[in-house]
Amino acid sequence: MFNYSFRWNQALAALPQMLDGARVTLGIALQSMAIGLVLAVVLTLCRRSGNWFAAAIATGWVEIARNTPGLFQIYMAHFGLGAFGIHLSPFTALLSGIAFNNAGYLAENFRGALTAIPETQTRAARSLGLSGGQTFQLIVLPQMLRIAFLPTTNQMVWAILMTSLGVTVGMNADLAGVTQELNARSFRTFEFFAIAAVIYYLITKAVTLAARLVAWRLFIY
Amino acid sequence: MIEIQNVRKSFGSLEVLKGIDLTVHKGEVVTIIGGSGSGKSTLLTCINGLEPIASGRIVVDGIDVHGKGTNLDALRSKIGIVFQQWNAFPHYTGLENVMLAPRKVLGLTRQAAEEIALKHLTAVGLADKLTVYPTRLSGGQQQRMAIARALAMSPEYMLFDEVTSALDPMLVGEVLDTLRMLASQGMTMICVTHEMKFAREVSDRVAFFHRGVMAEIAPPDALFGAPREPETRAFLAATH
Repeated sequence: MFNYSFRWNQALAALPQMLDGARVTLGIALQSMAIGLVLAVVLTLCRRSGNWFAAAIATGWVEIARNTPGLFQIYMAHFGLGAFGIHLSPFTALLSGIAFNNAGYLAENFRGALTAIPETQTRAARSLGLSGGQTFQLIVLPQMLRIAFLPTTNQMVWAILMTSLGVTVGMNADLAGVTQELNARSFRTFEFFAIAAVIYYLITKAVTLAARLVAWRLFIY
Repeated sequence: MIEIQNVRKSFGSLEVLKGIDLTVHKGEVVTIIGGSGSGKSTLLTCINGLEPIASGRIVVDGIDVHGKGTNLDALRSKIGIVFQQWNAFPHYTGLENVMLAPRKVLGLTRQAAEEIALKHLTAVGLADKLTVYPTRLSGGQQQRMAIARALAMSPEYMLFDEVTSALDPMLVGEVLDTLRMLASQGMTMICVTHEMKFAREVSDRVAFFHRGVMAEIAPPDALFGAPREPETRAFLAATH
């Protein structure tokens, strides 16, 4: 019934390679979050702008990002754009796909956070003579980012895990890609992927912990 | 000088201001009393252009507040307003709350803004709360900080919208003392208030609003001592 014999030596010997992959994974996740955060602020501004065209594009983005599989979004970045003659490398396609997804989810988190900031904050700022832009930048944005901080760390965890979808577009330098190649050569599937899972787990735990520390330092009020 | 000429305003089908005329001169303290929904708070937010008006005119020092092309941000820096809900900015300390507008709107250096902020926070009795975030302040302290924040812009006019209504009764006195101090320094003020004793004591004139109309305006002794209109009499009888 059960005749698979575990052999860990080979997998453990490949650990340095896998850790290199983990570094790439973390790098993609961090970059995708940085891009996603900036885009989410832009989407939020579009949705608040009162310009129906900008609002419609932003809403469409959020709808697609949140209601279609992440895999589909990465596929579209790689093969979809390829159909239009735009060829992204596996790395760029993976990064774009995840950043697209992050932006959509984060924009929605921001929308929720904005409802928690009383309208009177804006009134008070405007009555002091601050312009609309200054009010958003100095009064609304900092409070919005604070309220949305926990859901944002959640999205960061998602971004890390989503990088594993890169194997489907030929990404071979990240943790999932490296693991998949080692597996293909050795067929020690369980051992390699078990180790990869532990590494993913440790990365996300470390990121969550780091976020807590940042929050503790940053949000003293 | 603030000149309010036949101002009308509606929220949907509800007309909240039905042709208000009022002129407030430099150095004058005018308080507005009246029941809820009488339009008194709405009038204040119209004066600094936070709310549009349907018709009429509000002119502040010769500038038409709701005129096309009026620079509202510039105008607002000389009309301070303090609300019932004090609206401290929670992510800034007491000092930063007060420094913000002088730095960003008037373009002062950090040092100059800090000096001004310190002066006004000291005047309202918060010199020991400079580095404290608003969540650590009582309602009365937050309200005094909001007053200092408005004063730091060196406004020529101050509008107070029921600034003690949301406060614990124990804390009302400290905020009213701050307003008394300002009045004694010659600040031009329009105060919407439910504090009758205070209105009687600091005002040059008291206006009674009733259902969107200014039913009566008179010096405090006359309005409280011998109200002309039946609505004023009924309101004063109910609040005493």
